[in-house]
Amino acid sequence: MLEARELVIGYGRTQVGADLGLSVQAGDILCLLGPNGCGKTTLFRTLLGLLPQLAGEVRLGGTPITSQRRAEIARRIAYVPQAHAPPFPFEALEVVLMGRTARLGPLAQPGKADRDAAQNAMDQLGIGDLAARDYSRLSGGQRQLVLIARALAQDTPLIVMDEPTASLDFGNQAQVLARIARLAQGASSERRGIILSTHDPDQAFALDARVLLMHQGRIMADGPASEVLTGHNLSTVYGIPVTIETTGSGRKVCLPSLHLQSDPTITSDALTIA
Amino acid sequence: MGRGTTAELRGSKPGLTLTGGLALCVAALAFGAVMIGPFGLSPGQTLAALLGQGERQAEIVVWNIRLPRVAAALLVGAALAAAGASYQALFRNPLVSPDILGVSAGAGLGAVAGIFLSLPVAAIQASAFVGGMAAVGIVTLVASMVRNTDRTLTLVLIGVVIGALAGAATSLLKVMADPYDQLPAITFWLLGSLAAITTEDILPALPMVLIGLVPLALLRWRINVLSLGDEEARALGVEAGRTRFLVIAAATLITASVTALAGVVGWVGLVIPHIARMLVGPGFGRLLPASVLIGAGYLLIVDTAARTMAQAEVPLGILTAVIGAPFFVWLLARGRRGWS
Repeated sequence: MLEARELVIGYGRTQVGADLGLSVQAGDILCLLGPNGCGKTTLFRTLLGLLPQLAGEVRLGGTPITSQRRAEIARRIAYVPQAHAPPFPFEALEVVLMGRTARLGPLAQPGKADRDAAQNAMDQLGIGDLAARDYSRLSGGQRQLVLIARALAQDTPLIVMDEPTASLDFGNQAQVLARIARLAQGASSERRGIILSTHDPDQAFALDARVLLMHQGRIMADGPASEVLTGHNLSTVYGIPVTIETTGSGRKVCLPSLHLQSDPTITSDALTIA
Repeated sequence: MGRGTTAELRGSKPGLTLTGGLALCVAALAFGAVMIGPFGLSPGQTLAALLGQGERQAEIVVWNIRLPRVAAALLVGAALAAAGASYQALFRNPLVSPDILGVSAGAGLGAVAGIFLSLPVAAIQASAFVGGMAAVGIVTLVASMVRNTDRTLTLVLIGVVIGALAGAATSLLKVMADPYDQLPAITFWLLGSLAAITTEDILPALPMVLIGLVPLALLRWRINVLSLGDEEARALGVEAGRTRFLVIAAATLITASVTALAGVVGWVGLVIPHIARMLVGPGFGRLLPASVLIGAGYLLIVDTAARTMAQAEVPLGILTAVIGAPFFVWLLARGRRGWS
C-alpha cells in the first residue's frame, strides 16, 4: 500500500535523513522509534506527501505520491497529528466530520451520511458522548481520541499517527494502544495499516509491532520488536544503558538504567549521618 | 459557545430561525433608519414613499437621500464583516481584521493619490479599489517568493511590511498636499464616511461584493478545514494553497470595493465576526450569513448615529473605533476562551 525506497528527506538544502526504506500493508503496525530530532516527523511529513522528498520515491497505492492530488492521497492515508488546541471552538463532531472532506466534491457540504459516519467513528472509540462538546475544551486525551476518530471517519486503508500517546495519562495510553491494535485486526476488508511514532519502546512490545529504529536520520534496525529492540540497540540509539527483561506473563519490557555512568553514584552510606 | 452548531450539523431548524430573525431585525432597522433624519418621517409616510404613493418631498428624501445612504451602510457593514470572518478563519486567528494583508493601506494610498491629483470622485474610488487590490496582490506575490514553511505567517509579515510602505507613501502625499483644499478631503476619506454617497457610487460596488461573496459561500466547508492549519487541511484532502488564494482574492475584492466607497472604516471586520461566532459557533456555513447580517445592522446603526447625533457629520471610522475598542478590551478581559 505504502512504499518508500532509498528516500532522502529534509527541507530544501538541509538533509535530515537518508537511505530510508519501508513498506506498509493493511494489517501491519509499524512502530517508529528514535530519539528526539532523529527525523521521525520529517519522515512522516514526506510519507504523507506534505513535504517533497529530496531523492528516492514514495509510492502510495502503486503510484508516486508526488503525482497525486491531495484528495486522492487523503482517501488512502489519514494523518493523526498530536493533539492541539484549535483557534476556534468547533464541536467534537465537527472536527471528526472534517475527516470526510476528501470524500466530498470541492464545493460540497457534508450530508447526513457523512454525519452518520462521523458519529459511528466516535462511537467505535467509545467517545460518542463527546460529539456535541466543544473540542477546544476537551482534555488532551479526549482530543487525541477525537483526532483518531477523524482518521476513522476518513475511512482510509492507512493511518499515520504522530506520537498518539504523548499527551495521554497512564490509563488513556493503554486504552489508545488497545484501540490501535484492534484497528489492525479484524476482517481483512476493514483491517488498516498503521504507522505510529512513540517514545516508549514498551509500546512496540505491547503492540507486537514491526519496529523501525531510527538513529541520526538513518534506519538502524528494522524487524519485529523482539529482534530489533535489544539492549544493545536501544543503548546505542538513546545513549543510556538499557536492559530488556521478560515479565512473568512473558511480555518484554525495557529498563533504562537511571545511573549515568559518568556521574558519582549516591549510596546509602553517603546519606547516613555519622 | 458553539451551541447552535450541532443544530447546524443535524440540519435542524434553530439555525435558520436565528438567521431569519437577524434578517428581520436588519430590515426593521433599515426601515427605521429611512424614517430618521433632519426631515423626520412617520412610518406611514415612509411606507407610502417607498411604495411610490407618498408626498413628493417625502419621496425625494426617501429615494434620493435616505435609501442610498442606508443601502451603502448595509453594504459596507456586511462586506467588512464577511471579509473579516474569512480572514480570521484563514489566518486561524480571531484577532485578524480585513486590513491584515494591507488592503486598507493600499486603498488609502490609492484614494489619497487620486485626491492629490484632483481626480473626479469616480476616479478616486477606482484608484482606491486598484490600490487595495494591488497591495494584497504584491503581498501574495512577495510571500510566494519567500521560502518559508509557514505560509500563513509569511503572508501576515509581508502584509505588515507592504502596509507600512503604503502608509509611508500616504504620509508623504499628505505632506505635499494643498493644506486648505486637499488635506481635509484626505483626512476625511481616511476616517471613512458615507456622507456624500449617491446611488451611482453604490452601483459599481454592489456587484463586486456579491461576486466576492459567492466563492466564500461555496467554499464554506473547506474554509472550516483550512482553519485547522495548512498541514492538517492538506492531509484531509484540501489543496490548501489554491483554496487560500481563492479566499484571499474574494475577501480582498469585497474589502477593496467597499473601502473605495466609504473610505477606511476600521473595527467592523474585527469585532462583528466575534459576535456572530458567539451566536452561531465557528462553522463557516453559518458564521458567514450571521456576520453579513450583524455587520449590516451594526454599521447602519453607527452611520445613522453619525449623521444625526451632531450638527456636523461625525466620521464613521471615529465612531466604529470608539465603540469597537472598548468592546475589544472586554473580549480580551474574558480571556482566550472568549474568542469563541
